[in-house]
Amino acid sequence: MPSPRYWREVPNRYRLEAGRCAACGKVTFPARRVCPECRGTETEPMALSRTAKVVTSTVIRVPPDDFLMEAPYAMAVVETPEGARLMTQVVDCDPEAVLPGMNVALEFRLIRKEGHGGIRCYGHKAVPAG
Amino acid sequence: MREVAVVGAGMTRFGELWQSSLRDLFVEAALEALTSAGADHVDDIYVGNMSGGQFVGQEHLGPLFADHLGMAGVPVTRVESACASGGVALRAGFMAVASGMSDLVLAAGVEKMTDGADVTNVLATAADQETEAYHGITFPGLYAMIARAYLDTHAATEEDLAWVAVKNHRHGALNPKAQFQREVTLEQVMTSTMVADPLRLLHCSPVSDGAAAVLLCPLDQAKQYTDRPVKILGSGLASAPMALAAREDPAFLDAVAKSADRAYRMAGVKADDIRVAEVHDCFSIAEICCIEAIGVACRGEGAQAARVGLTALGGRIPVNTSGGLKSKGHPVGATGIAQAIEIYEQLRGEAGERQVEGARLGLTQNMGGSGASSVVHIFQGV
Repeated sequence: MPSPRYWREVPNRYRLEAGRCAACGKVTFPARRVCPECRGTETEPMALSRTAKVVTSTVIRVPPDDFLMEAPYAMAVVETPEGARLMTQVVDCDPEAVLPGMNVALEFRLIRKEGHGGIRCYGHKAVPAG
Repeated sequence: MREVAVVGAGMTRFGELWQSSLRDLFVEAALEALTSAGADHVDDIYVGNMSGGQFVGQEHLGPLFADHLGMAGVPVTRVESACASGGVALRAGFMAVASGMSDLVLAAGVEKMTDGADVTNVLATAADQETEAYHGITFPGLYAMIARAYLDTHAATEEDLAWVAVKNHRHGALNPKAQFQREVTLEQVMTSTMVADPLRLLHCSPVSDGAAAVLLCPLDQAKQYTDRPVKILGSGLASAPMALAAREDPAFLDAVAKSADRAYRMAGVKADDIRVAEVHDCFSIAEICCIEAIGVACRGEGAQAARVGLTALGGRIPVNTSGGLKSKGHPVGATGIAQAIEIYEQLRGEAGERQVEGARLGLTQNMGGSGASSVVHIFQGV
């Protein structure tokens, strides 16, 4: 990924910055210019909580090239208390144990490396929480 | 709007066609469509293709294809909506004829997937790159999440998913154009390699090369080309949030429901009137969610349809008599047109061992990505 593109995405990747629609209160992650719920265009930035619950999940056994060394790994759509949903890996546990309803915490982690000489790409991964 | 008919069709075999290039595939299907209708010209061409650029490094496909068909000069438009590219090209062709812009239109679809590109990565570009693919999700992974959400909220089992593959392979075994002309057993499906839990290898459509093309014209000119035209009664297209995380219920395909509603309304028919349908079974779970969204099965009951035979040949509404994407193959840009060809043959009584007796109304449903786009067409034998 060219570095300007990576740099643009830093607010949501590093700080979990979402947007709350000033008109209807809908929380969207990452923040958008137009609210998908009411088309309002005034959004307030907000950071998401670092806790979430698994909505649905899978175990990736045939991964994309960049993730070859990590397979099998669990992926899930998780929902934060603010109602934002995000796609994330779930790590530090048996991937088969990641099922809907599971509570997770979101931690800042290395996501992928851009080849041998490229930049290291960070973001959030989920880990089991009590 | 003018009434529109399909008057010719052609398609390559689907499969790993090492001897054919992207342009070869298009030309073979297009020539067969022209020949079948005795047509020596077209006024307009629309061609669906997901990713010539990534699969074989070739973009600007419209003029390339027209040139190789010996028709340089003809207006030609390449249409992209991921795996729904073919269906959306058909809709573009339908609109060109219906509007009066063009009389004889070629609507085609083509994909060359086996020339060495990293297919998993290319297909993943139909997901949201920033919020999904970045984290390592794959297409089987997205549909696996849909499957798990479905199994979590409905009375359905992994065996129900497997029955979709068994049924579609039974159908595909009867289709000489299919990539896999053979049956699979329930046990083979249930013990095949896990790709993304709970989806196994035999729940997944294959990587395929292929092309398909149909010829469209105003219904009142159709008899120039064929004795048995098939009328396009309705066309519906819809979109839904791109990322799975942005959808309220991951197991409900809203774009599919909306596209079907629009097509039914235009056609003036109901789901109960349809006698044969081709739906987008890129994964077993997709067929289940799609037949629910188009109203062939009630919500939560689609999972039983293949097992009890409702959607099998001989059932109340046979689904994917061609073998579907699962058995016939899924050259992504060609799929939407190939679906239309199966229905065209069914409504003309030319489907051989796969024939649904007395079928007058048929439906095709073709979708892109994890369901962010869907296009439905309704056909009637004339």
